[in-house]
Amino acid sequence: MMATGKRSAVLHIAILVAGLVAPFVFPGHSVQFAVFWIMVLFALTWDAMGGQMGYNSLGNITFFGLGMYMCTIVQIAIVYNVGEYTAANGAIDVHFTSPQYFTGLGLGLVVAAIGSTIVAAILSWVLFGIRGPYFAIGTLGVAVAAAELTAAWNWVGGGQGIAMPVFPGGPGMRERFFYFACFVAAVLCYLFFRWLYSTRFCLAVNAIRDDEDKAEAMGLHTRRYKMVAWAAAAFFLGISGALFGNMTGFVEPLETAYPTLTFGIFMIAMTLLGGKGTLWGPIIGATVFYVMREVTWTYLLGWQYIALGILIIVNVVFFQQGILGWVKARRPEWFGVKIEEKSGAQPSAAAPARKAVNA
Amino acid sequence: MSDTIIEVRGVNKSFGGVVANKDISLTVERGSITGLIGPNGSGKTTLFNSIVGLYPIDSGSILFEGREISRMNVQSIARLGLLRTFQQTRIFSKMDCIQNMLVSLPHRQSAWSDMFRKYPPELCDKAEHLLEFVGLYSKRKLTAGSLSFGQQKLLEFAMALMNEPQALLLDEPTAGINPTLINGLIDRLKRANREYGITLFVIEHNMRVIMNLADHIYCMAFGQLLASGAPADVKDDPRVIDAYLGAAA
Repeated sequence: MMATGKRSAVLHIAILVAGLVAPFVFPGHSVQFAVFWIMVLFALTWDAMGGQMGYNSLGNITFFGLGMYMCTIVQIAIVYNVGEYTAANGAIDVHFTSPQYFTGLGLGLVVAAIGSTIVAAILSWVLFGIRGPYFAIGTLGVAVAAAELTAAWNWVGGGQGIAMPVFPGGPGMRERFFYFACFVAAVLCYLFFRWLYSTRFCLAVNAIRDDEDKAEAMGLHTRRYKMVAWAAAAFFLGISGALFGNMTGFVEPLETAYPTLTFGIFMIAMTLLGGKGTLWGPIIGATVFYVMREVTWTYLLGWQYIALGILIIVNVVFFQQGILGWVKARRPEWFGVKIEEKSGAQPSAAAPARKAVNA
Repeated sequence: MSDTIIEVRGVNKSFGGVVANKDISLTVERGSITGLIGPNGSGKTTLFNSIVGLYPIDSGSILFEGREISRMNVQSIARLGLLRTFQQTRIFSKMDCIQNMLVSLPHRQSAWSDMFRKYPPELCDKAEHLLEFVGLYSKRKLTAGSLSFGQQKLLEFAMALMNEPQALLLDEPTAGINPTLINGLIDRLKRANREYGITLFVIEHNMRVIMNLADHIYCMAFGQLLASGAPADVKDDPRVIDAYLGAAA
């Protein structure tokens, strides 16, 4: 156990150091690294629902977009009239001083995080009445509707989008600033879920995943747990959206804020690849997926989506338990699972014998 | 003075044109072991589902400790201390036995903040103690889904005890259990009733089991209550025998 603790500490420190030095060692790739941390955050938040709780949301990207727009509006609104700013479409001479910019960004991040959390709590009231594939489609509907409504709303620029306030620092500073912001967001997200999974919450949502009717029959407050799981995911997704919008410099509904078919699917694919229902699976999945993505975008341009599609198919057909689940099934002792039993019962996922016996 | 814990008054429940329960009235005394027998399809499980709030009843009234519960949902009723086990046995299959037990702790007074607490060592001890009680201690670290059907039934029973209910509705607790283990199970059910003071209301097909176990038995057939009384009386009641074997026309 000591050895495991030490190894875990070394791993954490190594990742922390790598995260801190990356933008200085490879200054030209800061944005790619920043997006990588956002991917880690995506996978961690999706797994809280899809992995730990068994509720496969296809619409978690909604909170990313909501956070992005909420933050943008706050950033502009503290200096300009939002309607005029968006209507001018960059034609009026806008200038944000350094204090204005950072006040707006700070305030915007808070509003994005809390606003997304509140929206998730409200949506959960409606959507958690449905289960399984209906829930998945219902959440997808929310994401698509959010994108369309935003595109039709001229006050926030509609489909034209919004040019974000310009970062006040010198060249290279902007990339570095947002890299560290994304890094901190991902680390906080990891620490939060690590803590959350150490509480009673974890077993309760696992119980909902295994048999929600049974969980209800045991008197669990299932709605509470489901709401907290989604709201926590939305909190971090809202922050990531706010940061991503500023990093890109331009916000529009379909490609940037609510990219259902890219980021919205990536967050699921990464989690499944790494191993759902585990803390580290999503992180491993995000890493492998993102490296694959960058490699295929560089060397297989034009075929990149086909390559990613093949990766997803191989994953769901041959390695449904994901990378971490696959390793866990083969090397349980690495995960501290000890088998004390001598009576022949195996801890592997042997099919329950219930079918053989007449109930 | 009799102390009624569950009272069912004139309950009707139909599914479309099929009448599953017709004007059922019965009472379960606190601290008793009450049996419910009847041929397949006679409406026993439907009645259980209605009592625990899974099905809304068409008419009638269901009281638990004097409180009307026929309009309450499953979770609220469970939190009052009226729990059920399932005929098909339901456990949390990807979690290990200890985890199954811990998540089953009573949720009666659980506040919002409780979900962010950890499990205190006393609860883990209690979980292990109850697993020991049903004879699953050596399997405690195994995934519940890897247990045999009979072991899963025992686990489900232990989970119900962990929840500290006032009354427990057991739907065929011995179905699918190895006959040599049945005596042990009867003994444990009786001990749960006596030592933990849990009222048991049991659906059972195995006549030997129910005659051994119950203080009072109700018999249903075709959605109606047919007979009730002490085990020996019900067993010899010609209407009960007819219901099971078919009346001589």
